[in-house]
Amino acid sequence: MIKVYVSSVIDAPADAVWAQIRDFNGLPKWTPFVADSRIEGGMAPDTVGCVRNFRLKDGGVIREQLLTLSDYDFQCTYSILESPMGVDNYVATLKLTPVTDGGRTFAEWWAEFDCAPEREGELAQSIGQSVFQTGFDSLKTMFRR
Amino acid sequence: MIRVTRSAVIDAPIERVWAVLRDFNSHTAWHPVVAESEIEGGEPSDQVGCVRRFTLRDGNRIREQLLALSDRDHISTYCILDASVPLRRYVATLQLKRVTDGERTFWHWQSTFDAPPGRERELADMVGTGVYEGGFEGLRAYLRRSRPGAVGVAARARAVAAGEAMPAHGVVATAFGGPEVLRLQPLPARPPGPGEVRIRQTAVGVNYIDVYVRAGLYRMIEPPAPLGMEAAGVIVDVGDAVAHLLPGDRVAYACAPPGAYVSARTMPADQVVVLPDDVDEETAAALMLKGMTAAYLLHRTHRVRAGETVLVHAAAGGVGLFLCQWAKTLGAKVIGTVSSDDKARLARANGCELPLVGRDYRFAAAVKGATNGRGADVIYDGLGRAAVEENLEALALCGHWVSYGQTSGPLTPIGPETLAAKSVTLSRPVLFHYTAERAALNEIAQQTFEALRSQVIRVDVRHRYPLTAAAEAHRDLEARRTTGPLVLLP
Repeated sequence: MIKVYVSSVIDAPADAVWAQIRDFNGLPKWTPFVADSRIEGGMAPDTVGCVRNFRLKDGGVIREQLLTLSDYDFQCTYSILESPMGVDNYVATLKLTPVTDGGRTFAEWWAEFDCAPEREGELAQSIGQSVFQTGFDSLKTMFRR
Repeated sequence: MIRVTRSAVIDAPIERVWAVLRDFNSHTAWHPVVAESEIEGGEPSDQVGCVRRFTLRDGNRIREQLLALSDRDHISTYCILDASVPLRRYVATLQLKRVTDGERTFWHWQSTFDAPPGRERELADMVGTGVYEGGFEGLRAYLRRSRPGAVGVAARARAVAAGEAMPAHGVVATAFGGPEVLRLQPLPARPPGPGEVRIRQTAVGVNYIDVYVRAGLYRMIEPPAPLGMEAAGVIVDVGDAVAHLLPGDRVAYACAPPGAYVSARTMPADQVVVLPDDVDEETAAALMLKGMTAAYLLHRTHRVRAGETVLVHAAAGGVGLFLCQWAKTLGAKVIGTVSSDDKARLARANGCELPLVGRDYRFAAAVKGATNGRGADVIYDGLGRAAVEENLEALALCGHWVSYGQTSGPLTPIGPETLAAKSVTLSRPVLFHYTAERAALNEIAQQTFEALRSQVIRVDVRHRYPLTAAAEAHRDLEARRTTGPLVLLP
């Protein structure tokens, strides 16, 4: 089991950032690497259990299921059902915490998964930096004061 | 039940913030409302269950007990046992989290308690604003001033208005040549830009490479320009996007390009490391270049293992002595070459089992003789051209020839077939490539400090010169009138 953890500070109140994040179908709106996304079976994107089916700009298709959505904790957890990444038992959580000093947001994003031992370093790097950090960088730009 | 939550981002790595907060009795040092505090019964202040008894500046008295402490999760939980303010069933938890993009720390501080009717708002405000927000500011101020030397620097920094150059002077090579080309000149230190720091330097290391640079053998500067590869001092101010250093930090560096012979310097923060409290600045200035060189040569370029035979050229020189001391501790058999009987004694006293004395670069037969004809597993060669043939002869099969310097001139071209004769590995490493990334620099620096701390390597600064006498230091160094490190004091 590998764990990847990335955290950042976004210069906007947590409820504003959460409004972007909580839309499980909203990746194309705030990440630079997702081309399009849809929710399978016509479910609402904030229904726990719904599945998002999205296509990366490099062509890969990923299906992820929403496992937890908490408007109280500003937190969502999801798993990967299908992806070209070669990971098993992948569960990720994105969590926001208000920084009361300055009205900013502490953002955390972490994942646990299994993979072939020789790919651990490469996957930890690509998920941590190319996905999570890139996502945070995009939010930071979006909310720049 | 009342719940109070406050959180902040502190511009310092989590390790530094946690080192302060995990100590249950540290709050007198950093919290502005705490007057006096002691741990009851003389227990350690990180003992779960210990009780701190303290008074606030407003006269209130409080006893609190540490309920949980986690170095893994950076959590401290505590409760009030009794207090002269009516906070009932008060339990608080503070937790730190790492901000991975930028080496900052997120600090979350939360408590629940009951209060007498009508006083809820007043007490919640006292806890949230007075204790927690006051604590954030207090800790920030504490981190800024807590490094030794911070007070004096803060005073100096105030004398330098923000955004202005700081008056300073330096020793400049006005042309390539002998020591006479060195001149003292005013060299103001400009304000640090993004990613930079400004350092008030207190000690500067002198190395033989400085002589080569001054003479124009190593074209690392275009005169007029200051010399010097390493120094130590205290941070005056930091530019944007610098998270790992604060004004008042004691620091040191060894890096290219030259420019260390100055009283104050503005430079990339990535090349600067914080000094541990037990390493003074003179020692650091004498240690960084040679110590980190020994560290990467023995642990990265070639990983020396117990039982290997190591041949160290110039074994009584600055790097040579460190290599002997450290390689011996790693369990290697150390053979060295030196130019005199005095140096042989010095090398032997520092871990070199067999010092070979000579000035003719003839050592291969003796190395073979000392190893039953096998030869050396690794050669640390700062000699260069004059020792090429003998080095190849002195190496064992599959041996590693590490050429890290060239006092006798650059290596002549060596073809692959020459190496194939013994399956020799040839490395031509440069310190600054190994320390180009800050994580690697930090690792090598910490390894060096640890070697100093455990006395694996020893630094004995005997030759001190004012910065203004840099030319005299060069003359003494070139005339071989010195043993051990030289430092300049700005």
